[in-house]
Amino acid sequence: MNVIQAVNDALRQEMRRDPRVVVLGEDVGAFGGVFRATAGLQAEFGEERVFDTPLAEGGIIGAAVGMALYGLRPVPEIQFADFIFPAFDQIVNEVAKMRYRSGGQYPCPLVIRTPYGGGIKGGHYHSQSPEALFIHAAGLKVVCPSNPRDAKGLLTAAIRDPDPVLFLEPKRVYRAAKGEVPEGEFFLPLGEAAVTRPGGQVTVVAWGAMWHEADQAAREAAAEGIDCEVIDLRSLQPLDLDTVVASVKKTGRCVVVHEAPLTCGFGAELAALVQERCFTSLEAPVTRVTGFDTPFPYALENEYLPRAPRILEALRQTMAY
Amino acid sequence: MDASQPFTPFGVPGDLSRGDASPPAVSARLAEAFPLLQDLDEAGRLRDPAALTIPDAMLLEVWRRMVLERQLDERMVTLQRQGRIGFYIGSIGEEAAILGTAAAMQPQDWIFPSYREHAAALLRGLPLETFLCGLFGNAGDAVKGRQMPCHESWAPGHFVSISSPIATQLPQAVGAAMAARILGDDMVPLVYFGDGSTSANDFHTGLNFAAVKRVPVIFVCRNNGWAISMPRDSQTASETIAQKAVAYGMRGERVDGNDLLAVWNATRRARAVAAAGGGPTLLECVTYRMEGHSTSDDPRAYRPQEQVEPWKRRDPLERVRRLLHARGLLDEAGEAALREGVRAEIQAALARAEAAPPKPPVESLFEDVYAEPLGRHREQLEGLRRAMAADPRVANPRHADD
Repeated sequence: MNVIQAVNDALRQEMRRDPRVVVLGEDVGAFGGVFRATAGLQAEFGEERVFDTPLAEGGIIGAAVGMALYGLRPVPEIQFADFIFPAFDQIVNEVAKMRYRSGGQYPCPLVIRTPYGGGIKGGHYHSQSPEALFIHAAGLKVVCPSNPRDAKGLLTAAIRDPDPVLFLEPKRVYRAAKGEVPEGEFFLPLGEAAVTRPGGQVTVVAWGAMWHEADQAAREAAAEGIDCEVIDLRSLQPLDLDTVVASVKKTGRCVVVHEAPLTCGFGAELAALVQERCFTSLEAPVTRVTGFDTPFPYALENEYLPRAPRILEALRQTMAY
Repeated sequence: MDASQPFTPFGVPGDLSRGDASPPAVSARLAEAFPLLQDLDEAGRLRDPAALTIPDAMLLEVWRRMVLERQLDERMVTLQRQGRIGFYIGSIGEEAAILGTAAAMQPQDWIFPSYREHAAALLRGLPLETFLCGLFGNAGDAVKGRQMPCHESWAPGHFVSISSPIATQLPQAVGAAMAARILGDDMVPLVYFGDGSTSANDFHTGLNFAAVKRVPVIFVCRNNGWAISMPRDSQTASETIAQKAVAYGMRGERVDGNDLLAVWNATRRARAVAAAGGGPTLLECVTYRMEGHSTSDDPRAYRPQEQVEPWKRRDPLERVRRLLHARGLLDEAGEAALREGVRAEIQAALARAEAAPPKPPVESLFEDVYAEPLGRHREQLEGLRRAMAADPRVANPRHADD
């Protein structure tokens, strides 16, 4: 099963389990979504529970807010994360703050699914990784799986979660990342990172599509005698800081990888947290391997993305510090 | 009607070229398509006896609530001037547009407010004392002191949380209507906004989604002529708000928003259409903001007082008062008792509200961000407690040496 199929499987499972779960967005109905993530759902669950909306992201999220307040569990799709910004006000000022600003009277549980990230020749408007913008808005949970198994388990958890979740899907590996996925109901709790490769010399933290680059870099580094521990964060908010801290206290070194721009990226938060918690264990500065402080490019996307060769070089320098 | 003459419902033609916010004279074509519906004229006379569809007891009760809201607004502005509350935003002149719509709905209908519909919140059961605690942001506030004054929520009465950004509630109301339809509930959301909000993207999105999906929802535009300092004609070049309904493919009606009966009847019609599967209505209530936008501005800085004067003759409370007297539902003694009762009610609620602890407990700062606080919230609370213990000035408004 690939990531798209896993997403589809989770949606189908949850819609069968809970009649309150509804899917809305652009082209998600009969067509099944531009990436086919909602394929077949309208045929099974009908046009009231799986429906196309006019092309307005603010309306998609705004309507989902109303549905969530009224007691449904909407799963709106934003076709590309780059198109989420017309809904930024609804997400940051409404979704994220509804429970808080109403004194707990109006919880707003919904899951915003959106494909994010570059490496698909999508240029600036089909490639961005906006996770940090949303982690910064207190009240949202932000989840980003790297593989089909996690995609199913985490999406299931997100739909059942009492809080609103932004579910970022790694479109670069939508079809490329394949793996075994448990059949039937499968649930992975939010806020638990996975140590995907145990190691003793340097901790590599990544998520989503960039986990695959980090993993490749770790395998190449092993051939050079560098023993990496790779952590797939999976959930960025809430953050499994304990797993990161335990790893860095063991290895003494930390490299953080993300494809969003460097400045104020989530890597900055991770670097700060690691130095606060692991200061006396550190053998080298925490290093970030990220996208650049530019808009996402078209022709130079390979150069822009923090792919395995750049990560490998960062591992070497961290080891040599 | 003479089609060659502009339609001037209040006899005072507005002049759009001068930024005049009084009801503009509209062309004969629009006057025919969207007549300004009026059931109770400015003298409080019924234009048609059949228009009086509100039961007597309810009419009296709604008027009492109009009086309550008026007295509340006046009293709270005084409180703000005295420095006892930081901010207030009222609805003087717009009581009929607010109560006429809210009271015409069913109890199960959700209300998605703008920020002037306190009368609707109280109608839906928000205790006056709790509302006042919200103005103080004290421990009695239903939203735990999380919002500035006049941003109440009251879930037991289906009165949804208030947002300061304008028009965001429109697509939300549409979503609630969709949800109710999916669940098979007889529920029609009522969503309020002002004329300024018609410029916002969420106005377009909300109306478009509602019409395309033919959902049962009532969009109530309190066209009060002003968005802070900007007159209606700086928001839209449309002659009316109601005509925008045509472009979206939905019903539109335009009523005298200072006429409780016209507002009530239009709302009843819109609800019946919505509940019967006929889709949404855009209801334009033509009214006037008699005071500033809020306690933070002085309208004399941007509008001539002459413009306000004609609207005093159109006062929504006075019309109903005359009707009540004419129908024998109220006499001078009864009216005096009612007004005194309202005054005492506000005074007593204020006394109770001011007796509540002045602040919510510090741990509430970290509650309701999520269903359960995160680990970092617990750490931050501990850190804050340590800081407060080390230096009490952390919790005080002034921390510089005086």
